Amino acid sequence: MTAAARNLGAGLQAERHAVGFSASELKQIRADFPILRQKVHGKPLVYLDNAATSQKPRAVIDAIVRYYETTNANIHRGVHFLSEHATEEHDAARRTVQKFLNARSASEIVFVRGATEAINLVAQSYGRARVASGDEVLITGMEHHSDIVPWQLLCNEKGAKLRVAPIDDAGELVFDEFASLLGPRTRLVAVTHVSNALGTVNPVRRIIELAHERKVPVLVDGAQAVPHMKVDVQELDCDFYAFSGHKVYGPTGIGVLYGKAELLNAMPPYQGGGDMIASVTFEKSTYNKVPFKFEAGTPDIAGAIGLGAALRYVSDLGLERIGAHEHDLLEYATGAVSGIPGLRIVGSAAEKAGVLSFIFENIHPHDIGTILDQEGIAIRTGHHCSQPVMRRFNIPATARASFAMYNTREEIDELVRGIEKVREVFG
Amino acid sequence: MSDLRDLYQEVILEHSKAPRNFHGLAHANHRADGVNPLCGDQFTVYLHMDGDAIRDISFEGSGCAISKASASMMTQILKGKSRAEAEKLFERFHKLVTGEEPAKGGEDLGKLAVFSGVSEYPARVKCATLAWHTLHAALVGEAEAVLPEDE
Repeated sequence: MTAAARNLGAGLQAERHAVGFSASELKQIRADFPILRQKVHGKPLVYLDNAATSQKPRAVIDAIVRYYETTNANIHRGVHFLSEHATEEHDAARRTVQKFLNARSASEIVFVRGATEAINLVAQSYGRARVASGDEVLITGMEHHSDIVPWQLLCNEKGAKLRVAPIDDAGELVFDEFASLLGPRTRLVAVTHVSNALGTVNPVRRIIELAHERKVPVLVDGAQAVPHMKVDVQELDCDFYAFSGHKVYGPTGIGVLYGKAELLNAMPPYQGGGDMIASVTFEKSTYNKVPFKFEAGTPDIAGAIGLGAALRYVSDLGLERIGAHEHDLLEYATGAVSGIPGLRIVGSAAEKAGVLSFIFENIHPHDIGTILDQEGIAIRTGHHCSQPVMRRFNIPATARASFAMYNTREEIDELVRGIEKVREVFG
Repeated sequence: MSDLRDLYQEVILEHSKAPRNFHGLAHANHRADGVNPLCGDQFTVYLHMDGDAIRDISFEGSGCAISKASASMMTQILKGKSRAEAEKLFERFHKLVTGEEPAKGGEDLGKLAVFSGVSEYPARVKCATLAWHTLHAALVGEAEAVLPEDE
């Protein structure tokens, strides 16, 4: 990492001067998550697979139940009481997301199924309109498959080229290489905010500044960032920002694409159907205004309401404090596993969020995962939908523990004990 | 709770650490690649067929202890077997690891019976069968194994 990139990371460091949670606060938070009470294979559940999906607080579960028990109706069409009420709640959820991301307008918030669909929407709508033969799309070497394949599909269709900025041995973007790949034919930059496989926090503000100097818009994949840090899309000045509800304590099946109004307004629709039109004849249809232009069909109303509840829950606790708590866990875990002979951490970026990827002796991560599971410890094992990252480090897979606001140091002690158990089994 | 030792039997651990027939095969006349897209485990199975008989068999690749031990023991047991015997063994082995057949019914599977513990770990069934699916692909002349979704 260059000195300048480190300086940019200093802002995040400063944010982490926020204090985490006291023991009693943490206990209260854990009590808000019903699933954490359960036992797995007779052991208390230690859930360390939060980068795959987070657990849901009671507030989210209740919001969904309440919606179906008291409010359920289709939105934007009924004149009846329930439909109006459901429409209001759906609109309120959109305003909650707007506030959460500090977007200028709620019309810049498009509800989608998740970060994957958000990226596909941009690739298929913005990309197909703006990327032509010989053009380039620039990504980084630490992207999730969901920020690789949609661009490959686009580039294959258009005869465009997908360029990939490399990462170094620590798992950080080689910024100079990125800068030199950002060329006259680059039509879009798509970059992850936080790497799901390594935990690396990318210097997105600096990436966006540089790209904008060259008049190139930037999409940020924030799926792994929004649960851990305050994101302000106006401050970042990103053109698109994508995230999934289920990774930030909301339900599955709902996610968000933020897009600058001027870009969204100029983009063609992504899918056709009801709700996205202003008028339809067999000859021609005119389209609804944004964001509805991109929301064909009955949306996941309950999901949006559940997401709204999740974002309120997170905002009430404060992302600075959540980030500080998770940073403490990451530091504690890094220290704890570093003492285990034969264990190697994969990804040692100066700025990391919530992810501890490792390999242990010559034991395959799947075997580690199965043995930890018998101890009640849930981690992710495999390539984490980031096969190019695994290839970069010349390993087939890693074991990954990833942290959330409700995790504790004691759970990390359990993880360390579990890893010792792995050694026992494999002798 | 199932005992981990039922899954990670000594024989399995031993084969995973020192897999047999773990190399390429210069005189192979059949080969196929098998990938488990869920985890990235990948093996190549090589066969030297003499008519319907498996004269020689080997494998290369990377995977977990279960998949590697399974591939290793598969190559041991199949050397000298006929195509039909190999397919029959795959069928029996598949039933064993999916729990369709009680463990004791696996007696004629010989050493492969040590994989009966896999049936208690549904997420690991594909690990045990990856090499066999790859073998099947090689036998029928497919370049790549297709793993069934419902396994």
